[in-house]
Amino acid sequence: MIEIRDVTRAYGTFKALDAASLSIGEGEFFSLLGPSGCGKTTLLRMIAGFDNPTSGSILVDGQPMDGIPANRRPTNMVFQSYAIFPHLNVEQNVAYGLKRRNLEAAEEKRRVEEALAQVSLSGLGKRRATELSGGQRQRVALARALVMRPKVLLLDEPLSALDKKLREQMQVELRHLQQTVGITFVLVTHDQYEALAMSDRIAVMFGGRIAQVAAPKEIYQKPVNRQVADFLGGMNFVKADLVEEEAQAIVVDTAGFGRIRTEKPAAYRSDGGNATLGIRPERLRVLWDDETASHEVAGRVIDRHYFGEITHLIVEVPGFEKPLSVTETNSFGADDIPVGAPIRLAYDPDALVALAD
Amino acid sequence: MTAVAERIAEIGTLRSRHKSWMRSESAQGLALISPTLIFAMVMLVVPILVVIAHSFWTQNYLTIDRTFTLEQYRIALTEPIYRDLLLRSLWISLVVSAATVILAYPIAYFISFHGGRHKSLWLFLITIPFWTSYLLRVMSWKVVLGFNGVLNSALLGMGIISEPSPAFLYNTTAVVITLAHAWAAFAILPIFVSLEKVDRTLIEAATDLGDNPLRSFLRVTLPLSIPGVVSAILIVMIPTVGDFITPKMVGGKDGVMIATAIQAQFGKGANWPLGAALSVATMIVVSAMAGATVLLLRGMARLAR
Amino acid sequence: MTMLRRMAGVWLPAYAALYVAFLYLPVLLLPVFSVNTAATPRFPLQGYTLKWYEDLPHTPALLDAARNSLVVGISAALLATVLGICAARAITRYRFPARQPIQGLIMAPLVLPEIIVAVSMLIVLLQLGLSLSLFTVVIGHVLVCIPYSMTVLTAGFEGFDRSLEEASADLGETAFGTFRRVTLPMVAPAIVSSLLVSFTISLDEFIMAFFLTGTEVTLPVYIWGQLRFAAKLPSVLALGTLLLAGSIILLSAAELFRRRAERRTQAASIPLA
Repeated sequence: MIEIRDVTRAYGTFKALDAASLSIGEGEFFSLLGPSGCGKTTLLRMIAGFDNPTSGSILVDGQPMDGIPANRRPTNMVFQSYAIFPHLNVEQNVAYGLKRRNLEAAEEKRRVEEALAQVSLSGLGKRRATELSGGQRQRVALARALVMRPKVLLLDEPLSALDKKLREQMQVELRHLQQTVGITFVLVTHDQYEALAMSDRIAVMFGGRIAQVAAPKEIYQKPVNRQVADFLGGMNFVKADLVEEEAQAIVVDTAGFGRIRTEKPAAYRSDGGNATLGIRPERLRVLWDDETASHEVAGRVIDRHYFGEITHLIVEVPGFEKPLSVTETNSFGADDIPVGAPIRLAYDPDALVALAD
Repeated sequence: MTAVAERIAEIGTLRSRHKSWMRSESAQGLALISPTLIFAMVMLVVPILVVIAHSFWTQNYLTIDRTFTLEQYRIALTEPIYRDLLLRSLWISLVVSAATVILAYPIAYFISFHGGRHKSLWLFLITIPFWTSYLLRVMSWKVVLGFNGVLNSALLGMGIISEPSPAFLYNTTAVVITLAHAWAAFAILPIFVSLEKVDRTLIEAATDLGDNPLRSFLRVTLPLSIPGVVSAILIVMIPTVGDFITPKMVGGKDGVMIATAIQAQFGKGANWPLGAALSVATMIVVSAMAGATVLLLRGMARLAR
Repeated sequence: MTMLRRMAGVWLPAYAALYVAFLYLPVLLLPVFSVNTAATPRFPLQGYTLKWYEDLPHTPALLDAARNSLVVGISAALLATVLGICAARAITRYRFPARQPIQGLIMAPLVLPEIIVAVSMLIVLLQLGLSLSLFTVVIGHVLVCIPYSMTVLTAGFEGFDRSLEEASADLGETAFGTFRRVTLPMVAPAIVSSLLVSFTISLDEFIMAFFLTGTEVTLPVYIWGQLRFAAKLPSVLALGTLLLAGSIILLSAAELFRRRAERRTQAASIPLA
């Protein structure tokens, strides 16, 4: 549905976007994830037509978008500030774009009501924009874009102005809405949980470049490099010595985990025999009493942080240069493990992933 | 919150780094403002340059002699009649700006700190008289202060004086009162704006650190509102020095100011170069006086801390 | 400390009330004496009459002056607002070099002695060979009105969320359509406010009109001429009262529009807390 071909957006010598290429499928919920200044908003605005690539091209539904202004593109946008027209009521806001299409009055009214129903705002059509809550404004912005039946809906940080609870509720609703209407959604966000929860696929961006494009689970479990791994959540990094490099896999020796054979990441470069392995804190499991596992390490708890449903343990293990962090649910009493206690941890060698730096 | 901050930072970095984009935006901005700018250049800057040019020339009956001379400035600054008028104008504008600002400060403070929900109503109330015709306001002071005026007839009626006093009108005091009245809003507004910008938690912090209300006012509120006081002084002092209506209407012989002399030089058959020199000299001298006042005030504010 | 508390609690409001009285009383005397039967404004009041008002429509010179003021006011308001829109839009929307100095220059007539501005323009207009007329008065008034017009409009344009215009384009509207359906309705109250304020300033302005007019005079210049005759004072008071009432009505309307403009732009921006 969207083809981004080698797109660069340069301002003088600074490149907001640097030779980005991307392909977004029809009906896909796609997220552009990254820290501020990574170029995600620049890319979204170029798809919408508010900005133009310095080089490269953007195709929507097979059509090159070069020189096509925003008002003639088959995309619609939900703005970060929502940009609800304050001099119009809800109905007039939603009907704003339809006015250009010369529909019959009855048809226009029907489509406005349908759009309002889709975002659960039926009956609020006569409300003034000034009388709406933040969540309602967001729904109006959605309805106003959806009523245009765009081929692609672009969402620029649509949930960032909402409080935590409403944000989580809207994540579910947005995902559901996308599945109902079936059109391509492109979401810009800096919130990794939002991206993981809603998307079919995610592109993680840093410094104007796309670092990795994959499904949420793969991005989280198999990040290509330390930057991506870090951005998506906590990870224990372990130094390793390269033993053998194959076409698809590498074999390494680590001080704590011993010899490990793992999938070779695409961006991997053998760096003088050194490698980095990573394991997520929740992939380390506390072994209770005389429970044993085929792969385990033993150490001592040196710090503990309580987070309600989980506890975060910092465990010192002989042979590791840095303490391991472990998250454990509190179902079995991880919050009662005293600091200083000896502890054994089980791990799955498959959860250890090789990372490019 | 963080999202917004990040977004702003994102935009900020984009803005600061991107020269080519700046250039096109600069061009659009300049193009858009150019009609107004050109109008101001042609109707304000050019005329003032022409006046400055005239001040270095001389007039022989109806023709202008364009040889460079400082003769007009010698006349403007040393001939007793003009020198005295200029000094009196400066003195009046100094007194007026001091009086106006001192009288205005408590009002601005009151509206800003105790105006509550009615802030904008108070401001509207303060500005309304100022929006009405200046000529009419001066005229009403003439009615108040005149020989047969309100003040005299009221005082007579109350038996405080036995016959009308001519002392109220046609003197410097009448000019000062009228001007202080006329420029009140111009003094209140900038002081109010600077008081509004004073972060209220700073005053709480000063109190928390042991200052009583008077000390926190002197050490926090007053120094932070100095920019407003400065613009109030500038905005009152510079225009009043050249005021024309007030001295004409309530000033009498003692209250004549430099504007009357300037007007006379531009009237029929008079002396444009001399009028120009008087105008330019007035502007330069009053600017110097305003600058000195501002420096003095800043120095005092620094001492207060 | 208690003294200061008392000052804030009692003395400050009392002072404020006194100050407002000082501001208003002289002005309010005009309407009071304009309905007094005595020919000189003095206490005690003699009696109520409307005769000074009744005479006004029978003074041809006054009617001419009123017509001139109207023509000058409308022209100056329109021109100053158009130029103000350009400047305010440029300043609120674009960053460009020398923005501050340019803005300062446009605002300068506000803080310069009016007489110097007036005589400077006089010299140039005469040297350009223009004869003094209502047209030259309009030019002078536009110069004086622009700072006010620009201030009102800048306040109205500020906080205008740029994404509103982008949203309109995104929904398929053309540049002109966006201006008509979004930009204009949003800033209309500020524009109306600017027109009213500029018109009022022109209506009341004396110095520029005095120096730059030829044989046709505006109302303030007409009043100035009448003030030489003591016998004309009551009718001048009546005329002044009408002018005063007109100004206050126009300015109150301008204030209402200004507030509406403020509400619009505030409503547009969501509280990003």
